[in-house]
Amino acid sequence: MTTSDAPRRTFARLTASTACALALLAGAAHADKIVISNWDGYMPPDLLEKFTAETGIEAELSVHATNEEIMGKVVAGGGKGYDVLFVSSPFAEALHNLGLVADIDHAKVPNVANLYPEATELAHDPGNAYSMPYAWGTTGLCYRADRMEEPTSWMDLLAPADDLKGKVTMLSTDRWLMGAAALALGKSLNDTSTGTLTEEEELLIKAKKDLLAYDDSTFYLKLVSGEATMVQAWDGWCNYGIAENAEIKYTIPKEGSDLWVDTIVITKASENKDAAMKFVDYVLGQDTGVWVASNILYKTPNKAAMEALDPALIESFPNMGMKPEELIKYEQLRDLGKGQKEFARTVTQIMAAQ
Amino acid sequence: MRNTLKSVILLAPGLGWLALFMVIPCALIFTYAFFERGVYGGIDYIFTFENFQRAADPLYLGIFLRSAKIAGLATLFAILLAYPAAYAITRAPQRYQTALLIFVILPFWSNYLIRTYAWIVMLNREGLINQSLIGLGVTSEPLPLLYNNFAVIVGLVYNYTPFVVLAIYSSLNRINRETIEASEDLGAPGFTTFRRVILPQTITGVAAGGVFVFVLSIGNFITPDLLGGGRLQMVGNLIYDQFLSARDWPFGAALSMFLIAVMMALLFTQAVLTNRAAGEGRAS
Repeated sequence: MTTSDAPRRTFARLTASTACALALLAGAAHADKIVISNWDGYMPPDLLEKFTAETGIEAELSVHATNEEIMGKVVAGGGKGYDVLFVSSPFAEALHNLGLVADIDHAKVPNVANLYPEATELAHDPGNAYSMPYAWGTTGLCYRADRMEEPTSWMDLLAPADDLKGKVTMLSTDRWLMGAAALALGKSLNDTSTGTLTEEEELLIKAKKDLLAYDDSTFYLKLVSGEATMVQAWDGWCNYGIAENAEIKYTIPKEGSDLWVDTIVITKASENKDAAMKFVDYVLGQDTGVWVASNILYKTPNKAAMEALDPALIESFPNMGMKPEELIKYEQLRDLGKGQKEFARTVTQIMAAQ
Repeated sequence: MRNTLKSVILLAPGLGWLALFMVIPCALIFTYAFFERGVYGGIDYIFTFENFQRAADPLYLGIFLRSAKIAGLATLFAILLAYPAAYAITRAPQRYQTALLIFVILPFWSNYLIRTYAWIVMLNREGLINQSLIGLGVTSEPLPLLYNNFAVIVGLVYNYTPFVVLAIYSSLNRINRETIEASEDLGAPGFTTFRRVILPQTITGVAAGGVFVFVLSIGNFITPDLLGGGRLQMVGNLIYDQFLSARDWPFGAALSMFLIAVMMALLFTQAVLTNRAAGEGRAS
């Protein structure tokens, strides 16, 4: 879901490489081995070690900084060398359409029962045929409640009041940037018709003049430092700001949000699919979900885990308490397929505008 | 014959390295440019010129020209800063020169990204420079120093000036001091000596440093992203986005080819000029 791993890394304060080395040592005697690619710090540091101890399967972690990065590697190499990938849903969808990911045999993943029913009917993959949701959430406005009234509309960001001009940021990842305009205009997030793209382009070029920056890795720090007063943000990342300053709040504008879902997939090229499925099952266990929610401050679609959360966490970070029935009403970003070229050109027009 | 053999043996590792890690990847990219993007990313091996037609769009030419302008300004400022510094170093006592040169390359001991983030800390609204200016009463409102073209140029100049200092230093060092003394003895004022004697003998160093800054700047995408706040799109960002965000490798490849062609033309021109200058130097 993100393009940078830095806050995840600082937040979880884990030593992925150590965990990885330990896992290698622990599993050195076993023949089964799987390679997992995930964002740095996006799963418990001792997960692989425990997994190996329990199952005897050797597991190696390779980290990627962005969806785009792992996508490039997997597409270029046909997925060879990787067994399990953590990617956001539009990328899982594209990998599926490219024939690079395997179907998941639910009989081998009994922990699928831990998921909320809503999380098994996601638009990109109803029935979780090839992907398992790992974390999910919304994209909205993160703001300093001590410096402004609660924003109510995406237009509060796209056409900010005078005292907010130059103090707002938008996400730089194209899909979410365009998403803000689509929501403000009441369009679908996945509409790539020329008319819609043109309207979004006009709105975003106008909005660009009042922006401090496009930022999808340090926006919450800008709120903490006071450089920015309101930023477009993923709910989990807004929580990092809230953790540092309780005056920071998160809200979803009246026009709504997208539902982003980070998923787990198994590559078709995997030579050890049974071991990979065991790993997916292990990750869907309650403990991992609790760790993700408590350490990364992302909601997980894991019902067992969310129900086991400390209520104090939800009190400090109200968006952690959002219910699956609220989340599921938002539209997911889908792979744009043929519409991608026109979409990319529109984004370039906006980025190049002076 | 023996000499030829020796040259071949000495050249082989370097040429082999370049062929393996530069020529072959470039050739691969070049071939991608003639195929179609698959509907879900990836490459469909259907021959087409469409990517080049798309690259000819005035939209992309505009981005290219703006990048050239930013890179050109960065080059100009880098030379203006580097020349006096290099001159001062050559004039310093011999025993200090090594130490001064080490200071010039000192920034390279830390990572490019970290140095760029350091500029964010300095330039932002709540940053060191603005807070100092406000503290001193120079300004009451923070100045917009970050997330604009100014910040991008500052970042590029900062990062690449050391290369220019080194290039100009080495050409200044090669000047025969007696030519300067002769000019002074014949009554030329200081500036005339600089303009007629020193500058012409160091112009190859200036050109080498300048081309270096320009080529590195025009393809840079990290500095515009971080210091420009993503609001300034340079050709490096454009290509990066095509490969990663848009997953349109063929189109990204076509744009890269265009950029590589311009860089090669510049480097080639610089090499020709340097050769000619060296030839004149020998003839006179």
